[in-house]
Amino acid sequence: MAPILEMRGITKTFPGVKALDDVTLSVETGEIHALVGENGAGKSTLMKVLSGVYAHGQYDGEILLDGQEAQFRDITDSEKAGVVIIHQELALVPLLSIAENLFLGNEQAKGGLLRGVIDWNRSNRRTEELLAKVGLSDAPTRAVGTLGVGKQQLVEIAKALAKDVRLLILDEPTAALQETDSQKLLDLLLELKGQGITSILISHKLNEISRVADRITVLRDGQTVGTMDARTEAVSEDRIIQMMVGRDMAHRYPERSPKIGEMLMRVSDWSVEHPDQPGRKLLDGCSFNVRRGEIVGIAGLMGAGRTELAMSLFGRSWGGAATGRIEIAGAEVDTSTVPRAIDAGLAYVTEDRKDLGLILDEPILRNISLAHLQGIARGGVLNHGEERAVAERYREAMNIRTPGVYQKVVNLSGGNQQKVVLSKWLFSDPQVLILDEPTRGIDVGAKYEIYAIMDQLAQEGRGVVMISSEMPELLGLCDRIYVMNEGRIVAELPRAEASQERIMAQILRHGKTDAA
Amino acid sequence: MSTLDEEMPGPVAETGPRQSRMKAVLGGHLRDYGMLIALIAIMLFFQVVTDGTLLRAVNITNLFLQNSYIIIMALGMLLVIVAGHIDLSVGSVVGFVGALAAVMIVNWGWPVILTIPACLVVGTLIGAAQGYWVAYWRIPSFIVTLAGMLVFRGAALWLLEGQSVGPFPRDFQILSTGFVPDLLPFVKDIFGVERLNGLCIVAGAAMAGALIVLGMRRRAAARAYGMDEEPTVLFWGRTILVSGAIIFVAWKLAAFRGLPNVLITMGVLALIYAFVTEQTVTGRRIYAVGGNLKAAKLSGVKAERLTFLTFVNMGMLAALAGLIFAARLNTATPKAGVSFELDVIAAVFIGGASMSGGVGKIIGAVVGAFIMGVMNNGMSILGIGIDYQQMIKGLVLLAAVIFDVYNKNK
Repeated sequence: MAPILEMRGITKTFPGVKALDDVTLSVETGEIHALVGENGAGKSTLMKVLSGVYAHGQYDGEILLDGQEAQFRDITDSEKAGVVIIHQELALVPLLSIAENLFLGNEQAKGGLLRGVIDWNRSNRRTEELLAKVGLSDAPTRAVGTLGVGKQQLVEIAKALAKDVRLLILDEPTAALQETDSQKLLDLLLELKGQGITSILISHKLNEISRVADRITVLRDGQTVGTMDARTEAVSEDRIIQMMVGRDMAHRYPERSPKIGEMLMRVSDWSVEHPDQPGRKLLDGCSFNVRRGEIVGIAGLMGAGRTELAMSLFGRSWGGAATGRIEIAGAEVDTSTVPRAIDAGLAYVTEDRKDLGLILDEPILRNISLAHLQGIARGGVLNHGEERAVAERYREAMNIRTPGVYQKVVNLSGGNQQKVVLSKWLFSDPQVLILDEPTRGIDVGAKYEIYAIMDQLAQEGRGVVMISSEMPELLGLCDRIYVMNEGRIVAELPRAEASQERIMAQILRHGKTDAA
Repeated sequence: MSTLDEEMPGPVAETGPRQSRMKAVLGGHLRDYGMLIALIAIMLFFQVVTDGTLLRAVNITNLFLQNSYIIIMALGMLLVIVAGHIDLSVGSVVGFVGALAAVMIVNWGWPVILTIPACLVVGTLIGAAQGYWVAYWRIPSFIVTLAGMLVFRGAALWLLEGQSVGPFPRDFQILSTGFVPDLLPFVKDIFGVERLNGLCIVAGAAMAGALIVLGMRRRAAARAYGMDEEPTVLFWGRTILVSGAIIFVAWKLAAFRGLPNVLITMGVLALIYAFVTEQTVTGRRIYAVGGNLKAAKLSGVKAERLTFLTFVNMGMLAALAGLIFAARLNTATPKAGVSFELDVIAAVFIGGASMSGGVGKIIGAVVGAFIMGVMNNGMSILGIGIDYQQMIKGLVLLAAVIFDVYNKNK
């Protein structure tokens, strides 16, 4: 079959990072083409280039649709050409009806003098037709927010069909879905394929991919690793995993000589309920421990419950009822509020630096002192000179590159912002630091510095817990790695036994057992 | 992700370090200096166009008496706004507390000494009642205090049964219109002037002296810690200007009736709040809550309690303002305090606070209130109608905020 889409030599650079490097993708008419790769491999960026989120001219390379070069200026442009993307986060307005959502930006208006007036009869009738195509029978006037996530995903597809879609892109469509809903969605994809609609499916769930995909393209570090044809050869999951993770790991991590000491923190049987849905367990019986001088990793896919684990331990910041036991240095501690957790010797460096970690409009020194103001105060009165001296000390120790500690942190680069957050928590002198995706959005050079700081912390006899979606960094740095999946700790691997393939296999195996 | 800003040169460039440091300090404190310069410019302008009436002793005294309750409330409002909220109810609380004081003293015959603390407690409770919903139930403060605005305006009407109640006894009136007795009568003999309040002169001189000494000590401490100090010219320019103004005002007040009681109340409160906001852990945490609520909570700040306390504090200050305003009018009317909340909020925003929270200074709020006050006073002396006054004040507020936004985006 002739290719409906060819992307050739696509290169997209962000300041400091090459997100896509000479990527090639060819999709044949009428197939389901799976796009796989680790977090950050460039899948979403590639699809944003394709759908016009990054306009023509903001990237290098060319896109051919039906052999014609396409130059999309925005999403509306690409949708006119029949390319529709459904993002991971649903783009529906919950308070509007299904019909209103379906024709949002594409309203079914009356003609003539009444131009601009919505024709509700036509809207609702067409909505019913489109809903029938995706197997829904809900009233067009029903508010989208009252539907379950699975049905909302189907409404998204109906919305795409309303735009006369020829190439449908789905970005992790089943990530938030229950098993039965996922199956329904995959069936629908096969049905649409029968009607001649081509799809690109981005997914982490390899079992789904082997079920529906005709061909599979693997991306890694912004480059195409290869394309496999599942119709002509048997594609094993092991082979996909190997293609996803294989990369050079030399010299990207500091040489460590860990001196692992006595038990420092032990968490036993930690369970947390969903804050809005009591009874639904977000975390189920998690137990793990950290020793002095040890860096412990927590691996898992997005949504595995890693951030929930960290935040619930740190002052129940995730919300929801929590049960379990936390011991630090042999004694049970109370971490039920953030101040108590800090007093108990915990520190948590958030995944979302800008939103949860820093006060962007305040200067560096005020951010550093915030978690331990009593350290620069006597009797509740601040000593500004001391505050300045503390900030200067960390600026030097952490190598924070800035003209001065009075600079607002909003003006710093990602790596330097992260160093400010780390300084803040070091100043509170914790025994155990939980770092959640500490190198996200940071360029390679700064990553190395962050790793070196983590090693230094371990050397000082603290315990470090690192949550990360980047397996190479877990393997490069950690003494032990726990693997999480769907709210549970499913494996514990010592450094010697851990490999990317083994971690991925653990995640996928447990994902599948749950599905069965 | 960007590494660009790492290569950015610091504020201190290689060439002409003196000039560029001046620029850097001015840039960082442009707002502070700008405010002061604006106030002085406005005062000079009205001084000229009113043929010297503005800065006459009696008018300076009046300026303080007229603006004291706005300034007192602006102190509390600054905290509320810095914490990321707003309090629309303060004008109604002023009316309600004034009415309560009148009913207690005039109708029930309570002694003044009992009425004042009782009214302050009631104000504090009102603040607590509103702060509770805002802090612990996360109901938007705009809604809660809008409700409070209606409730307490109604309550004032109900208490007074639609009538004005007064007059107050003399010992209540002195809250607002009283003057501190001249404890140092011999000073006027030294100057050889017939009418001169000695205490006022000495107090003014002492304050100016304290300002200079404290400023120098802070500079020395900053130098000891190796901080970037203010350039010498700027420091002395600012210090001499401000201490000169204090002595000038003290001289003028001394020539009239001396130190007004409200000036003492207001001055002491302003100093306390400036200290709390700039020098204490609690103050710093309020800024953190307004700057980034989630980050503050994850850094161990008890955001709910602080938000609650800012409203409690606001209620107490609104009650104090209500007492002072009632004492000044010498009667409680159901209309007392109408639209005060707008003057107070305007003063805080003119003073450089940010609508989104986390930014603002006590000194800014006080200067902001004086800018509004001087404009009110000056335009009234000129006989400009209330219609034009409102329009001009509105435009000044808008201009001040545009200036802030422009500065931020630059």
